[in-house]
Amino acid sequence: MLRYAARRLLFSIPTLLVISFIVFALLDLAPNDPTAQLPLTIPPETRQAIRENLGLGQPFHVRYLRWLTQFMVHEPLNLAERMWGVEIGNSEERLRVRSWSTRAPVVDLIATRLPQTLTVVGVSYLVAVLLAVPVGVFSAYRQYSIFDHVGTFVTTVGFSVPTFFTGTVLIVVFSATLGWLPSIYDTTHQVTDFDSFVYQVRQMVMPVMVLGLYNAAQLSRFTRSAVLDNLNQEYVRTARAKGLTEPVVILVHVLRNSLIPVVTVIALGLPSTFAGAIITEQIFRINGVGQLLIGAIESADIPTVQTVTFIFAVLIVVFNLLADLLYGVLDPRIRYD
Amino acid sequence: MTDAVSVLGSQHRSLARDVWHQFWRHKGALGGAAVFILIAVAVLFGSMTHGVDPQYLDYKAKNQGMSLAHPMGTDNLGRDMFARVLAGGRLSLAVGVAAMALSLSLGSGVGVLAGFFQRLDGPLMRLTDLFLALPVLPLLLVSIMLFRDPLRSVLGPEVGLFVLIVAVIGITSWMQTARIVRGEVLAVKQREFVLAARSVGTRPHRIIVRHVLPNALSPITVSATLGIAQAIITESALSFLGLGFPSDFPTWGRLLYDGVPFLGLTPARVVWPGLAISLTVLSINYMGDGLRDAMDPRMRRR
Repeated sequence: MLRYAARRLLFSIPTLLVISFIVFALLDLAPNDPTAQLPLTIPPETRQAIRENLGLGQPFHVRYLRWLTQFMVHEPLNLAERMWGVEIGNSEERLRVRSWSTRAPVVDLIATRLPQTLTVVGVSYLVAVLLAVPVGVFSAYRQYSIFDHVGTFVTTVGFSVPTFFTGTVLIVVFSATLGWLPSIYDTTHQVTDFDSFVYQVRQMVMPVMVLGLYNAAQLSRFTRSAVLDNLNQEYVRTARAKGLTEPVVILVHVLRNSLIPVVTVIALGLPSTFAGAIITEQIFRINGVGQLLIGAIESADIPTVQTVTFIFAVLIVVFNLLADLLYGVLDPRIRYD
Repeated sequence: MTDAVSVLGSQHRSLARDVWHQFWRHKGALGGAAVFILIAVAVLFGSMTHGVDPQYLDYKAKNQGMSLAHPMGTDNLGRDMFARVLAGGRLSLAVGVAAMALSLSLGSGVGVLAGFFQRLDGPLMRLTDLFLALPVLPLLLVSIMLFRDPLRSVLGPEVGLFVLIVAVIGITSWMQTARIVRGEVLAVKQREFVLAARSVGTRPHRIIVRHVLPNALSPITVSATLGIAQAIITESALSFLGLGFPSDFPTWGRLLYDGVPFLGLTPARVVWPGLAISLTVLSINYMGDGLRDAMDPRMRRR
């Protein structure tokens, strides 16, 4: 198991390197000029100096390797310094990936945006799991009942209707018509007392519901089929035959076995939920990581786009790895040789 | 079930006929197919009976609600929303079908090559894994930002954008098909008829086209159906983020995006295109479910 984990970890390094190269190379093709927005009165030699100052004068491989070391070596070192309060080498000299439009280090920009995204994505994913597993289990247990038919229909609708439509419809109903909930997520809002907590809950209801229900629909379909696969197994008959009560059979025996694939799907789905949050953030104007990416794309801020895109790729690779390992931990029948 | 089998048994049984029978029994699939055909017919031929130019500006009739002349109201420039939804649907469906065709041919190609030729299996599957690890939505946004203007200047605004969006969606969505097809090809390759074909000296490409592909047709059909829905959703998401088609020739996603600033005034501008996307995707998903059940031999033989 440990050897398998180490091997998988080693294999994910070349994958990440190739992806980082693809992301960097694709964006490097961009036919844009970061000095194009500057006033025309700036003389060409100053313009050239600005460009070189942004690191554009060098050949491709130098820029790629520099970006890679800045992101893969320097930033983790900075993070370690901040976490443990120790000085590793000369941290003032260390170069960082800087945004073209704000000139601030990209990682700092991401750090200011991350809490908002994490709150919304985390809570909505939690809601999705808490909703999907009971619904899936119950639909499977009472297969072909009214609950199952309604549940299957609702989940099919749930993952067919795109989030940008459910989001705008919710805004029409609850913000524009009824005026119950704010349509814009205020990220400067701080929770200090009960009233501000209530406001925080109110502004989170719609984004969390939109993202949560979409994920819940997919997860509950998956849970349902996983439970159905297990219900016809012989160990279920044995459990019933030896006189165990139905709740014990379902909640202890069946659920534990059915959750093995469900847990991996939950882990696999998390990165795509992060990427999907780009749309939710756009609907409710949450200034999270997704908005940072959209804004950077619109203003052709290449270093920010490269870094954020690459972080999404890292998330995918890490959670794939996690899902693989979890599967082995949860299911002792899986052997890694 | 038994009498259905005995009735079928008296006739000539073919795969298509069995699948058709199973599909016909699946109420959801049938409903889905009916709704999808209705939407497709409305989108393709609706403009003939409605007869309003989607680009015609009528300032005096701007921001109107539903009426007989404008069944879905008008937008802030007085353009008829019904005509725009019909025109947008044509583009949305065209993008969906074209992107599906591209992703299907890429996926089947990779899947067949990886499954049939052992030497290619490793590299091609690593390539598939790599593509699966790419963050699709950010990369789609980035590649549209990068190639929008160059392609538009070469191929013209409409065709250039269409080609670009179809290409990026197709290139980032073939991986599931490739995996499924590879699995199917690996199973079919072991069967006796392939051995027989090989023993009489049939060339590999003949074996693939005549023997392997027809037998891998069921999973390909299912992923084709679901691929259209996925492509329509992806395109509308891009348009919703403002990086899809422009509002001169909008898709459903773009119409929705354009309607958002006027939410309080004319919510119908958001609701109709959104309903159109949702209904189309829902009907396709139901059709896909039905097809999957119908083509699953374990289900069919019951």
